[in-house]
Amino acid sequence: MSWLTLLGLAAGAYAFKAVGLVLLGGRKLPAKLTDVMALLPAALLPALVVVGTLAAGGRRALVLDARAAGVLVAGAAAWRRAPFPVVIALGAVVTAVVRRWS
Amino acid sequence: MSERSPVAASVVLGVAVGAFGMSFGVLCATAGLSTAKACALSLLVFTGASQFTAVTVLKSGGSPAAALGSALLLAARNGAYGLAVSPFIRGSRVKRLASAQLVIDESTAMATAQGSDAMKEHGFYAAGLAVFVFWNLGTLIGALGGQRIGRPESLGLDAAFPAGFLALLVPHVRTVSGRRAAVGGALIALALVPVAPAGVPILAAGLAALVGLRSHRPERVGEDAA
Repeated sequence: MSWLTLLGLAAGAYAFKAVGLVLLGGRKLPAKLTDVMALLPAALLPALVVVGTLAAGGRRALVLDARAAGVLVAGAAAWRRAPFPVVIALGAVVTAVVRRWS
Repeated sequence: MSERSPVAASVVLGVAVGAFGMSFGVLCATAGLSTAKACALSLLVFTGASQFTAVTVLKSGGSPAAALGSALLLAARNGAYGLAVSPFIRGSRVKRLASAQLVIDESTAMATAQGSDAMKEHGFYAAGLAVFVFWNLGTLIGALGGQRIGRPESLGLDAAFPAGFLALLVPHVRTVSGRRAAVGGALIALALVPVAPAGVPILAAGLAALVGLRSHRPERVGEDAA
C-alpha cells in the first residue's frame, strides 16, 4: 500500500466520521429528523450483530456456525440485564468451546 | 446499562478490540506493509473493518482503487453514527473536529446505550478512547510480533463483538419504535448479506430508522431504561 493510498483512505474515512458530527453540531433540527436520528443506533446495531454473527468471511453468504451459539447465549444474558463484561465473555467462551468441539 | 458507569464496559470492549488490533498488525506484516504503515493505518483511518478490507484487497492483488472503494463503503456507516451522536457531543467546532476521529461502532453503541445526555457523552469518550488506545497498541504489537501471535478466533473473540453490540442494543428495543427499527435493520441486513458487497448491508440497515417518521408522538429512545 502506497502512502498516497493510505492517506486517501484516512481522509475519506475521516470525512464520513466528521460530516454528521461537525456540520450538524449544535444546530436546532426538525423534530422528525431528530426522531429518525435517535433511531439510527436501533436500526444499525442489529445489522452489526447479523453481519458479525452470520456473514461468511470473504464471500457473500450467510452461515450458521459456532458464533451463532455464542451470540445467542450472550443475547439471553443481555436481555436479563447481565453486566456487560459477562455478556462479552459468554459470547467468546461459548463460541470458542463450540468451535473446538465441532 | 444506563445505571452503571460506561468506563468498565469500555475497557472490556477495548481489550477485545486490542486482540483484533494485534491480528490487524499481523495481517499488515504478512502483506508486506512496514510497521510504520500498519500503525499509520490504525491511527489515521481508525475504523477496523475498513482497514482489514483495504489490506486484504491489496494483498490478494486488487488495485488501490478497489481497496479504497470497498474500504470507504464500509466506512460510510460512520456518517450515520456521526449524526446519531451529534445531539449530545458538546463543545467547540475544534473539539468536534477532534472528537470525529472517535466516531466508530463501539463509541456510538456505548454512548446511545446510556440514559442521560451527559452519560451518553461520557460513554462516547470512554469507549472511543479505550478502543483507540487498545486498537493502536494491538496493531503495534501485532506488526512487530508477526505470526507468533495466535488467532483471536480460537478464543471466540470474533463473537465478542456481535455479543457486545447485542448488549448495547437492549436499551433501544424497550420502546415500540426502537423495536420496529431494530427488526427492520436486522431484516435488511439478512436480506443483503448474501447479495451485496461488504458494507452495504449495514449502511442500508440505517434506512429502518425511517420508522421514526411515522410516530406521531415521538418517544425518546433510552430514557425509559430503568
